[in-house]
Amino acid sequence: MRNASRAAFGWLALAAGAIVYPLVLPGAFYIDVGTTLLLAAATAAAWNIIGGYAGQVSVGHAMFFGAGAYLPLLVYKLWQWPPIAGLPFGIVVSLVLAVLVGMPTFRLQGHYFSMATIAVAELIRLVVATAEPLGAAIGLQGPAVGRGVWDLTFRSGLPYYYLFLALLAMVLATSWWLQRSRLGFYLRSLRASERAARSLGVPVRRCKLLALMLSAAFTSAAGSLYAVKTGFVDPESGLGILVSVQMIIVAALGGAGTLFGPVLGALILIPLQTLTNTYFGGEGSGLTYILYGGAILLIARFEPGGLLDLVYRARGLFAKPAPSSEQSRHAA
Amino acid sequence: MILLQVIVGGLLLGAIYALFSSGLTLIWGMMNFINFAHGEFVMLGMYAAFVMVLWFHAGPLAFIPVAALALVAVGLLVYFGVIRSVMRGPMLAQILSTFGLALLLRYLAFWIFSANFVSLPPTALRGTLRIGGILIDVPQLVGGTTAAALTIAMHLFLTRTRAGSQLLAVAEDRAAAMLMGIRPDRMQALAWAIAAGSAGIAGALIAITYPFSPSIGEVFGLTAFVVVTFGGFGSVPGALIAGLLIGLIQALSAFYLGPIYKDIAVYALFIAVLWVRPQGLMGKA
Repeated sequence: MRNASRAAFGWLALAAGAIVYPLVLPGAFYIDVGTTLLLAAATAAAWNIIGGYAGQVSVGHAMFFGAGAYLPLLVYKLWQWPPIAGLPFGIVVSLVLAVLVGMPTFRLQGHYFSMATIAVAELIRLVVATAEPLGAAIGLQGPAVGRGVWDLTFRSGLPYYYLFLALLAMVLATSWWLQRSRLGFYLRSLRASERAARSLGVPVRRCKLLALMLSAAFTSAAGSLYAVKTGFVDPESGLGILVSVQMIIVAALGGAGTLFGPVLGALILIPLQTLTNTYFGGEGSGLTYILYGGAILLIARFEPGGLLDLVYRARGLFAKPAPSSEQSRHAA
Repeated sequence: MILLQVIVGGLLLGAIYALFSSGLTLIWGMMNFINFAHGEFVMLGMYAAFVMVLWFHAGPLAFIPVAALALVAVGLLVYFGVIRSVMRGPMLAQILSTFGLALLLRYLAFWIFSANFVSLPPTALRGTLRIGGILIDVPQLVGGTTAAALTIAMHLFLTRTRAGSQLLAVAEDRAAAMLMGIRPDRMQALAWAIAAGSAGIAGALIAITYPFSPSIGEVFGLTAFVVVTFGGFGSVPGALIAGLLIGLIQALSAFYLGPIYKDIAVYALFIAVLWVRPQGLMGKA
């Protein structure tokens, strides 16, 4: 009880901090960093539904983000609709992709799903980069000047900040619901041991597919908001492998399969990334990705539970000893 | 006639695919572990050859063994430094570890060698042969046949020697192998050494003919996945047949559809196979 109320208090404080942050630090730079952070947290939290809770590691979530990012700009290009109208279409395309990837691979255990996601994402990137109607290698652009309220082109970055905050809140609320729902327990049980879960009557395939669809829909929505904000997408920024990589590293850094993990990961990684970009000269140099790769490797080798796990264990040192959740996770 | 030339070219490149894919399939079949950095091992083999030629003006007889040894060292380092402990951890850690390694190696190469494509200066292997009316590039011919021979040699090593049998025994049943006095840890290290070494040789062989850049590892990594999926997990002969097949399909789709479609064709085929027969064309369920 005390723990639950403390957690609720923590979330309230975090939400309040996120809401007042742009009012306390009103510069365009801070708002931009804040928006990037919220986007990273939202996509990582969406990835976390399938990659964390269900333990099915997708390395191709860029396909959902890309579908979400391309569709708004496509409906604008084809029919001059406000880009945001493409958001539901992006979700539909993402759900179809999720079923196409998930149906065959979820029959099998192990690495098939990871391999399939990386191959499908690469295939889509290659096809889109050659498809003239999708702008090929140059990409698509949104309206240069807003034609009305629904184009959502704002001079200030502030409305986008709150849009992304709302999205993050939705993903986290869904994850919170998932954690305590029957589906959530099924997912964690099949992550621990698929064979045991199946023998106890868990509909393993259906659960994995549902989690993937949920995850894909949110990732796609994040992609749509990103496209509406930047008004531009190309194969690299929408579908590149680094889009998928960022979701994985943010979630894994904080702690995959936990509610707060993706948020913690974004809170650490995005300011760090902003600093390295400022001091080591932009994203053009591969240095950022060397750090990414090294960080992923080190987390996997030394702290597979993420930083949150480390925090819990450190706290456990001072509190009275409790049955360790660490061991049960590692036994899986 | 030109079609025959395309087919021969595809098969020769396919033999090299078979060589590096055998390494991936060996580890996969043995440890149920996917090395996402396998394509980066091939890329490192290319740059090992590049450095040897650039600094020491080495010929193919020198830089191919050096690339092999360098990658054997990398393979052992990765096994003892990372894989051995990650294997005991959760699945997430297993996938993330080699995925992170792939990024690290790719962008380190980016940083050191820049993103530009480079090619080796002409070596002692050069010229073209005219056989039965078609022209064959000598480096390509040597590369393809060497790779095919090495793949067959790997198969013979696994099936005909004592060490090979011990390795397969660990793959079959780790606990039973331990009871027979085989040390799984040593055998797994041997598998990583062979896998990385063959990737290094394959990289050096490709570098003789084709230009390359640090990002090429991603393409080879995916190609190896496709070959292994086709050939069945853990099967070296399967990888040989599948490698030749993929090389052929790539060459034909590049010839008929255009060069940009060669990777698209292979990935699309891969997804089709995952749909229809996810355990691989020649694999067991």
